[in-house]
Amino acid sequence: MNDTIVAISTALGVGAISIIRVSGNEAVEKVNQIFRGKNLNSVLSHTIHYGHIIDDQGNDVDEVLVSVMKAPKTFTCEDVVEINCHGGIAATQKVLECVFNVGVRLAEPGEFSKRAFLNGRIDLTQAEAIIDIINGKNELALKGAMQQLNGELFAFIRTLRDKISNLLVAIQVNIDYPEYEDIEVVTKNQVLESVNEIKNKLIELIQQSKNVKMIKDGIDVLIIGRPNVGKSSILNKLLQEEKAIVTDIAGTTRDVVEGKMQIDGIQLNILDTAGIRKTEDIVENIGVNKAKSLISPADLILCVLDGTKNLEEDDKDILNLTKGKNSIIVINKTDLPLQLDLSLLDNRKYIFVNTIENNGLDLLKQEIKMMFNVDKIIGKDYNYFSNARQLSLAKSAFDALNDVETALSNDIPLDIVELEIKKVWDTLGEITGDVYTDELIDKLFSQFCLGK
Amino acid sequence: MEYNIIVVGGGHAGCEAALACARMGQKTLLITGNISNIADMPCNPSIGGPAKGIVVREIDALGGEMAKTTDKSLLQLKMLNTKKGSAVQALRAQADKVVYPREMLKTLKNQENLEIKENLVGELLTKENRIIGVKLEDGIEIKSQVVILTTGTYLKAMILVGSNKHSNGPHGEKASNYLSDSLRNLGFKLLRLKTGTPPRIAKNSIDFNKTKLETGDNQYYAFSFDKHYYYDKDNQIPCHLIYTTEKTHEIIKNNLEQSSMYGGYVEGVGPRYCPSIEDKIVRFSDKERHQLFLEPESIYYDDMYLQGFSTSMPYEVQEQMVHSLPGLENAVIKKYAYAIEYDAIDPRQLKQSLETKLIENLYTAGQINGSSGYEEAACQGLIAGINASLKLQGKEPLILKRNEAYIGVLIDDLVTKGIKDPYRLLTSRAEYRLLLRNDNADLRLREYGYQIGLVSLNIYQNFLKKKESITALISLLKKTKITPTLSTNDYLQSIGTTALKESITLYELVKRPEVTMMQLSHFIDLSSYEEEVRQQVEIESKYEGYIKKALREAEKMLHLEKVKIPIDLDYDMVPNIASEARQKLNEIHPATLGQASRISGVNPADITILNIYLKKRGCSHDK
Repeated sequence: MNDTIVAISTALGVGAISIIRVSGNEAVEKVNQIFRGKNLNSVLSHTIHYGHIIDDQGNDVDEVLVSVMKAPKTFTCEDVVEINCHGGIAATQKVLECVFNVGVRLAEPGEFSKRAFLNGRIDLTQAEAIIDIINGKNELALKGAMQQLNGELFAFIRTLRDKISNLLVAIQVNIDYPEYEDIEVVTKNQVLESVNEIKNKLIELIQQSKNVKMIKDGIDVLIIGRPNVGKSSILNKLLQEEKAIVTDIAGTTRDVVEGKMQIDGIQLNILDTAGIRKTEDIVENIGVNKAKSLISPADLILCVLDGTKNLEEDDKDILNLTKGKNSIIVINKTDLPLQLDLSLLDNRKYIFVNTIENNGLDLLKQEIKMMFNVDKIIGKDYNYFSNARQLSLAKSAFDALNDVETALSNDIPLDIVELEIKKVWDTLGEITGDVYTDELIDKLFSQFCLGK
Repeated sequence: MEYNIIVVGGGHAGCEAALACARMGQKTLLITGNISNIADMPCNPSIGGPAKGIVVREIDALGGEMAKTTDKSLLQLKMLNTKKGSAVQALRAQADKVVYPREMLKTLKNQENLEIKENLVGELLTKENRIIGVKLEDGIEIKSQVVILTTGTYLKAMILVGSNKHSNGPHGEKASNYLSDSLRNLGFKLLRLKTGTPPRIAKNSIDFNKTKLETGDNQYYAFSFDKHYYYDKDNQIPCHLIYTTEKTHEIIKNNLEQSSMYGGYVEGVGPRYCPSIEDKIVRFSDKERHQLFLEPESIYYDDMYLQGFSTSMPYEVQEQMVHSLPGLENAVIKKYAYAIEYDAIDPRQLKQSLETKLIENLYTAGQINGSSGYEEAACQGLIAGINASLKLQGKEPLILKRNEAYIGVLIDDLVTKGIKDPYRLLTSRAEYRLLLRNDNADLRLREYGYQIGLVSLNIYQNFLKKKESITALISLLKKTKITPTLSTNDYLQSIGTTALKESITLYELVKRPEVTMMQLSHFIDLSSYEEEVRQQVEIESKYEGYIKKALREAEKMLHLEKVKIPIDLDYDMVPNIASEARQKLNEIHPATLGQASRISGVNPADITILNIYLKKRGCSHDK
């Protein structure tokens, strides 16, 4: 466990600078062997030094800055040296090879975090947040991940656990001191009340986590509509670039086109689709079927209608397919007189746009922001479950709360109900790593990518 | 004279230990400071209560004595928590303080292989970290292979009343002043603990009109599975409930500095669960009144025990305090309250068998291990006696797991977590309390008792019959179906449960919370099944889902319990363990990974690392 490991800890091939991280008992000594500059063995902890990495022939490989951080106040609680070298695949690889050459081995996936965790440096939620930093796709996600590193989720879960433990203790006192007549007896209604309160908080957290998942992965927006109603134009206006091929021949867009845009830091993944219509064309048919298959996983569907025409069969199909989904009806071509009978839209939300005169697109963005509570998410504390394991534990805790309710309604004695409540407490504890299970830790660390 | 086993101390732990050893064929000597104080109850005249009552049942299932002796000395008996689930129900008795010791002494005197000697032990004799006997305070040496210390609160005991502090055991007995030095010299870490007892009031000086009557249950119960009812349920002696008054609180507040505790005369740590009255008034100052019970001590004398009023105030303040209570305006105090300080050993120096890690064949049990309560003491005495005898027989110790008995929870807590204040057993200390019920103590532990040799063949066979009867009744209920006929549904509605739409088994019917087992006798003949068999089946069917859940949870725990750790493991050799955990592990040397995981300061990551280390070392890892 104490051997010295190395990995590139920045994304390969991106950015002007790459960081190569070395951790272990011999980290300083090993890097010093390939470093020309100050003698790193005699520098103070947490200092940065300018110099060059040299190969075994003594030739310069790269001009670098080296940070020396000695245990225990480091990420892994071991001696850590970080080499800031020039970015780019070739340069970085060469420096890495030099480190290999002095007998340092390549870290396994997640090994740095595993050491940090095993050395008591970070708790489980923090470890998971590191995965998120690595995977963080935009600023907001990164901010969320950073705050989690500070243990905000941990603190919130702890307040929930405190509430539960208060309840547990109150019931336990009733059991252990039955003769005491002036101790308040916990009633079923009291338990129900507390359980409900905790349930609501947990639901909110779960819901928020789903929103946050969208922040991190982006909101998948599907643009769908009959051929030639202006789907691609809308996409292009939104992306402000000519991504989809726009022609006035119906059926031009045969595949799904993807573009990404940001609304106030939230990423939209926009998918334009082939126009949906009954067609004999085999290739076009594939596109149509694909568009249909994208309806269900999408977070938001923009149904585009041509305002100059009344609803056609294909339009009705689309409206049916998207019924009950998160959707906005976009009525295009408002530069021309409206022919569409709005009463046929079943009171669904609609917005008028005009891609030629650029009208209504801001309104559309505004509507999307409102739908996904973007303002709320941005302004809020970043309390959320950042991965599937946490989310599934939160759901089990939620299920356990339901079990408590069931037990109460089945007239199960409170002392047994208390054991069910204890389960909620334990499950929430598992999120923060308070409850020990082998599998949990193994599973967690297998999810880490190399270098962190 | 040479003995196999010497038991030092004749309290509840000592009596159980001595009897277990003698019954397991060991030539045993019980040394006590005063024979007339054997099995004395120096505090509460009560045995049982939540968790503790279940321990008494467990003692009985294993072949111990406390349950039987309690049954013979009942003044009053009730089942607690009857309005809650069966898992937390427990018996609580008022036991006669004259009869209990008398009956226990009779049993001891009639026990083969057991001698009793009146003396004080001053020193432990050891050779190469192994016990070889004891030296009495008068200098005489007695050899033995094993010594079990059950010295209760006698080690360097100090009685405290106000600013007055003098060396004495309970009841003004002589304290044992040399033994704790001997322990310290052998390398044991000692703790200083404190406990207290309330005043005793002359019964005929109390105006009972101002008190609320607390009677026993109008139904026969017994602690022992023998089910002998020695008492008359219609003539139980009542307790009486009163409350402190505003005046009481005022007197205490005005005299706080005079109490030993607040005057700064106490070194020992007192029990959190059983605070003195001055403690209650200071810590819960918003509470207007505190509940007190007047409990009868014996039918042979008229002292009433004033439960909830333990104090270390000087005598004259105690007089004022007592007279401020309703009904006690003219009360005569027969014995004043006092606090007592004593030495105990840090129980983390013990193995789970209760043998000390430092000195081979030295066992300790009861209050010397930092516990408090007669029941907690008795069960440790029993386990120490059993394990000392098993060791001399060359057998593995009996270590009860946390899912098997409250006794297992108690001992594991003591030796793993250690104590800060005297340890009392509570139901909330047991993770699997649904499995650890009053009703099924025999089903959990009889088998062990029989294997060890403390349960006779005759009793064991009766137990097997009971088990068979339970199985038979369950299968009868599972195969008997009732159909939604008019008469069946009429009956079901008449007992307050919903009518059937399709046929169900009786087993499913009795699962309904509102249906009792006896109501099934409308459909089948239950007369051949004993009450406790019917009760057992009813509980197991009603709570089947929850019991199964608890079993699954226990299974998870046992998984870690199966990973054994060598007792001599040097944790400095295990890389990457957090330093706090390393220090704790080196101190406690847990026997299993499960035990290690329960040490405070040892976190899950440490357990992972330890597990990996053990796997690498190729230590036994049974799966």
